[in-house]
Amino acid sequence: MASIIGAVATSHIPAIGAAMARSLQGDAYWKPFFDGYPPVNAWLERMRPEVAVVIYNDHGLNFFLDKMPTFAVGAAAEYRNADEGWGLEPVAPFPGHPGLSWHLIESLVADEFDVTSCQEMLVDHGFTVPMGLLWPGRRRLPKTLPISVNTVQHPLPTPQRCYKLGCAVGKAIASFPQELRVVILATGGLSHQLDGERAGFINRDFDLMCMEKIIADPLALTRYSIRDLVEQAGSQGVEVITWLMMRGALRGPVRCLHRNYHIPISNTGAGLLLLENAA
Amino acid sequence: MVSEPEIWGTTLFDGRQAMKGYALNKMCYSFNHAENRAAFLKDEAAYCARFGLTEPQRRAVARRNVLEMIAAGGNIYYLAKFAGIFGLNVQDVGAQQTGMSVEDFKAKLVAARG
Repeated sequence: MASIIGAVATSHIPAIGAAMARSLQGDAYWKPFFDGYPPVNAWLERMRPEVAVVIYNDHGLNFFLDKMPTFAVGAAAEYRNADEGWGLEPVAPFPGHPGLSWHLIESLVADEFDVTSCQEMLVDHGFTVPMGLLWPGRRRLPKTLPISVNTVQHPLPTPQRCYKLGCAVGKAIASFPQELRVVILATGGLSHQLDGERAGFINRDFDLMCMEKIIADPLALTRYSIRDLVEQAGSQGVEVITWLMMRGALRGPVRCLHRNYHIPISNTGAGLLLLENAA
Repeated sequence: MVSEPEIWGTTLFDGRQAMKGYALNKMCYSFNHAENRAAFLKDEAAYCARFGLTEPQRRAVARRNVLEMIAAGGNIYYLAKFAGIFGLNVQDVGAQQTGMSVEDFKAKLVAARG
């Protein structure tokens, strides 16, 4: 049977991709951010996951407003990155795991989560930046399975729905009839707002509270509405719903092995969590 | 529609905005491709016409004004691709929307450390 070895939640700001491409990790602006990652890299090196389930949000690379799935699950042998328009150089494709994808899709739909399946799916910076942070140089790069959640066009799925879907993802992986070591990634957030007169809004206290609750009391976060999250975390800070999906997949109590938080990276409060099942 | 109090300085991109902004966002989505960015720069009026932009959308685009583009239904993720044509990043866009210098906007972000 497949098993979830743990989870990593991280911000996915495009500027991080640009900084990695230009090797700016030691630069004064970037150091407090990148210094958060070596313990996670070491953990991944030790745990050697074979598949990374990447829960993220597309920002207008694969999906447009003509068809906007609330939840989309990749079912491809390979996921390509492409030009997003503002200068980040596309990176090499990522291998998929179609067998696990279809098992996940079947299990989720049987559990009444009617997801969109994608046999072609371009992955944007929400996917590629975290992969670059967690597997620098692509050493022991695992296969991948993207799950994209709509954070572009309201109505967005409620935090509670996201958590429940995460639980169903965890259940699906546990029932996959093959030895497989799976790590769950959640990417996005934390607080930021790019649009409107309120652009530049960052909420440190709310971010730190969210990180605490993700670890110890995720149900507390499921009681927020999307509107609450926009108000407290900014219009793009709602991406924290990906962290709730990840936490749902871990199901029981967890141990936090490592964390980091730094303001600002670009316009964002940047967070990092490494979690393991406590049981 | 559920009516909730507005959040200051924030436009929720909902169905109403998505319908209003469709042409503008579709044009900006096309800027994922370098040849489309070049075509826009070569003949802006013709490129806007091809996507059927409304008059307020065309005006906002001509003025490079992000708040006006949002008022005309623009979504920031697509507008970021438009801004990218001019080499503008999210700090530049944030500064423009808040009426601050880019330097002051960056200082405001750092101040969020508390």
